[in-house]
Amino acid sequence: MTTPTFESTNVHPTKPRKKNSFPDFKSALWMSAPALLGLFVFIVLPFLLAILFSFSNQRLMSPNPTEFVGFRNYDRLLSVRMLTLQPEKDEAGKILLDETGQPTYPRIRSVLRSDENLREFKELFTVSLFGQRTAVVAKDPIFWIGLLNILKFSLMVVPLQCGIALLLAFLINQKLPGMQVFRTIFFSPVVTSMVVIAIVWTFLYDRQVGLINQMLSALSFGHIAPIDWLGEEKIALLSIVIMSAWQGMGFQMVVFLAGLQSIPEELYEAAELDGAGGWQKFRFITLPGLRNTLNFVLTTTTIGALGLFTQVDVMTQGGPNNSTVTVMMHAVRSGYQEQDIAYGSTISVVLFVLVLLIALVQRRLSMGGQR
Amino acid sequence: MSLTTQTTHTPSRKAGKRTAALLTYLILIFFSFLFIFPVLFMVVSSFKDNPGIFSDLRSLKAFLPVGNVSLDNFAYIFERGNILLYFKNSLIVSGVTVVLSILVNSMAAFALARLRWKGRTLILGFVIALMIVPFDAIAIPLLLLVSKFPVLHIGADGINFSGTWLNTQTVQIVPFVASAFNIFLFYQFFLDIPRELDEAASIDGATPWQIYWKIVMPIARPVVATCAILGFLAMWNQYLWPIMTVQSTAARPLQPGIQEFFGRTTQWGQVLAYTSLITLPMLLVFLMFQKWFVKSVATNGLKG
Repeated sequence: MTTPTFESTNVHPTKPRKKNSFPDFKSALWMSAPALLGLFVFIVLPFLLAILFSFSNQRLMSPNPTEFVGFRNYDRLLSVRMLTLQPEKDEAGKILLDETGQPTYPRIRSVLRSDENLREFKELFTVSLFGQRTAVVAKDPIFWIGLLNILKFSLMVVPLQCGIALLLAFLINQKLPGMQVFRTIFFSPVVTSMVVIAIVWTFLYDRQVGLINQMLSALSFGHIAPIDWLGEEKIALLSIVIMSAWQGMGFQMVVFLAGLQSIPEELYEAAELDGAGGWQKFRFITLPGLRNTLNFVLTTTTIGALGLFTQVDVMTQGGPNNSTVTVMMHAVRSGYQEQDIAYGSTISVVLFVLVLLIALVQRRLSMGGQR
Repeated sequence: MSLTTQTTHTPSRKAGKRTAALLTYLILIFFSFLFIFPVLFMVVSSFKDNPGIFSDLRSLKAFLPVGNVSLDNFAYIFERGNILLYFKNSLIVSGVTVVLSILVNSMAAFALARLRWKGRTLILGFVIALMIVPFDAIAIPLLLLVSKFPVLHIGADGINFSGTWLNTQTVQIVPFVASAFNIFLFYQFFLDIPRELDEAASIDGATPWQIYWKIVMPIARPVVATCAILGFLAMWNQYLWPIMTVQSTAARPLQPGIQEFFGRTTQWGQVLAYTSLITLPMLLVFLMFQKWFVKSVATNGLKG
């Protein structure tokens, strides 16, 4: 099939197409138009609109015209203040102590109410340091809690998921029979939908009847008390981390496996002849050979983690006490449920900046590695 | 000399390798259990009622179809769960999106990789830049945008626009057809096809469309498979977008469908029967095309 091709090119050695500078323009236009139009209308336009809306009071359905409001949405989203609280004193100026001998402080809500400039703020958290009490207040504490949660989530899920995925990839990369079966098993949660997995794990995690607690109890002969996996503030996010890592690591494992297999076998053989040990082979061949793969996996996993939504929506709706609320969830609640498109868009823009930062850091890191 | 040292080393090395292999298998089997048990539990429990599920939890019976096993849960779901409707909706939405997406994006990639025209490097740079925009970051403004779009009706009374995209299948399909990622995948593949192929064809009088359809696309089957598999998986499992845009039962796809069912029953057996029913076909398809699935994922990872 290819033989006549080369013959015909030989007939015209002086690239005849060059004379006519861009002969394919028309075809290129109509062939790329549908995709480019789609990208423009459904990615670029909404993105530009997000920026535009974030400076307005746009609502999903509203009888009133949309107005430009400047940075009001950003102010509401990002405003944070630190307040140093003074201990309460009696009329004589003596510090009031409570029953345990500690100074008493005014309630933050009353402090915020008494000050005209702080009226819109709500408490985020309070710390006591060096005999001083400092309150951090924000206009939108849920956003900051959500941001903190997705950062925590990423910091836990990325190493856990990628670490075990790498380990599994190493294990099934060995030339032993049956590796295909294991690969299939580890990959199967990836093709199962997150909604299904979240529902099934809601049962596994149940405090009273959950399979995990029942198994733990049976295996420890009743010594492990039932854990409220999703109902306890301190571990609810961790429970979601474990489940998410479980669902997604098959994907990473396969990518790592492909990365491992793309490293030429001869490199290892040469190193072995030079007397390199297992660790040296890993350090000087495997790790550099895996660098791009590692970069790709870490970045995509992190960016995915920042958009955490489905699991939380199905399992905890952000509870208990906002311990699993996420930025994306806050965006959907504001933009969709409360129909405040402007505020939802503002959150989206901030989320995008976060993603962009991570992508830039990743590019910097991978470029640094190549030089 | 060297020969003798080798022969003395061989048995111990062989034994070491065998222990390593055994250890590998042990770890892999341990992990396999961790990966399998939720699915196994889900399927087995879907045949039991609440008391049956609860009483079996503390033993291996949780993973065995024993005791009061029946098909009642499945019967209930087919009767009350709308599962066939949601299944059909998901199938249409995912299938149509994937087919259109492959066509539209491969055409654009062909124009970018194999046709000569002014501005293609600029457009390419633009497409690549779009790959990092996560869907989460545009979902909210996109919601407003599509809520303003009217639906095109072609009928006996001619062509007219009315209503809104909300609560339709259109709203679930059209925004996902164009994909910067798919364009990039096709583009990279098209670059590697020898230029002589289409130059010869064009000298023989073939139009760009003929070159695209008859020469380039048949070679690009592996990329088509990759886009089809990953695209279908992503569309099938979509959750955020349908819960925002589709409230009507008529156009609702599977994922919000199960979530809604989960919210209105207290019978775990029914819930698990529902999740089993929609998971098993997917797992079956995966097992059939297992090699392709894994290959798709693997090639994408390396491209990054």
